[in-house]
Amino acid sequence: MAAEPYAEPYANGTVLPELASVYWRPRATAQRLRQRDRSWTLTTVAHVVPFVLVAIVMVAIEPLAFPVSLAAIAHAWLIPMLYARRGANVMLPRARAADGPEAVALGLLGDLLNHDARELHARTGLVVEQGRLGTWVVGEQGALLARGRRVSCWCVKATDPELPSSDRIAHLLLALRTDEEGFATVANLAFSGARWRVRPRLLKHQRGALDAAR
Amino acid sequence: MSRLIRMDQTGHTTLAEWTVDDEASVEVAVTAFREELENGSIAMVTRGPGHAEHVRELPLDENLVIMRRPIAGG
Repeated sequence: MAAEPYAEPYANGTVLPELASVYWRPRATAQRLRQRDRSWTLTTVAHVVPFVLVAIVMVAIEPLAFPVSLAAIAHAWLIPMLYARRGANVMLPRARAADGPEAVALGLLGDLLNHDARELHARTGLVVEQGRLGTWVVGEQGALLARGRRVSCWCVKATDPELPSSDRIAHLLLALRTDEEGFATVANLAFSGARWRVRPRLLKHQRGALDAAR
Repeated sequence: MSRLIRMDQTGHTTLAEWTVDDEASVEVAVTAFREELENGSIAMVTRGPGHAEHVRELPLDENLVIMRRPIAGG
């Protein structure tokens, strides 16, 4: 499939300016996201199935080899879990700035949100935003895209490392609202898989945001 | 009164305020806007719930214009 040029107009006619820095990437359309989802699923199966087969064959050949089988099963469980942890890590908050700048930044972010979103942000530190590709959960240095039972985890952040936490979220939110596909194109995919794999690896107070992203 | 702000380490900084019928304030705002663009900032205006737009010229009729830094994949 030929790559679409990054400068193709989208929705309100604007494209994310940052796309110029990743000009080689095709736009992250819904179809391409589904393809990447399938690739992640196949990769996970390729990691899990050999270990499960080894576990079964070992016990079938020699029942006393069950400790080896258990180790193989543990590998089959651990490898996808580590991938999911890597995905959930994109939602880790960064060090907070001083109280004054944080309060100012929170006021601006609040102006960008409706009442429900503000309330959810106060509880979880995250912003939930409905998009065309799915429902986004936006954090300080990454975002989750929830579609049904699947969640993809995207690593993306503002390039100024000294921003207050709410400003970091506001940066991502404004970019997302400008060009959703462009946002997903600029971001790096850290994980794509089942919601139940990601949710327990989020910080406890953050899980409500993913629950709200249906 | 319209405002041009920049998100930065302080939360945000007001760079300029203007009214359309005050040419001097408009000139100051346009100058500040262009300086920010030259420094690599990106100008945004909100367009109702869930929508924002990237602008390349200062939209004088907007109440709030926000300058942000670029984002990048981590």
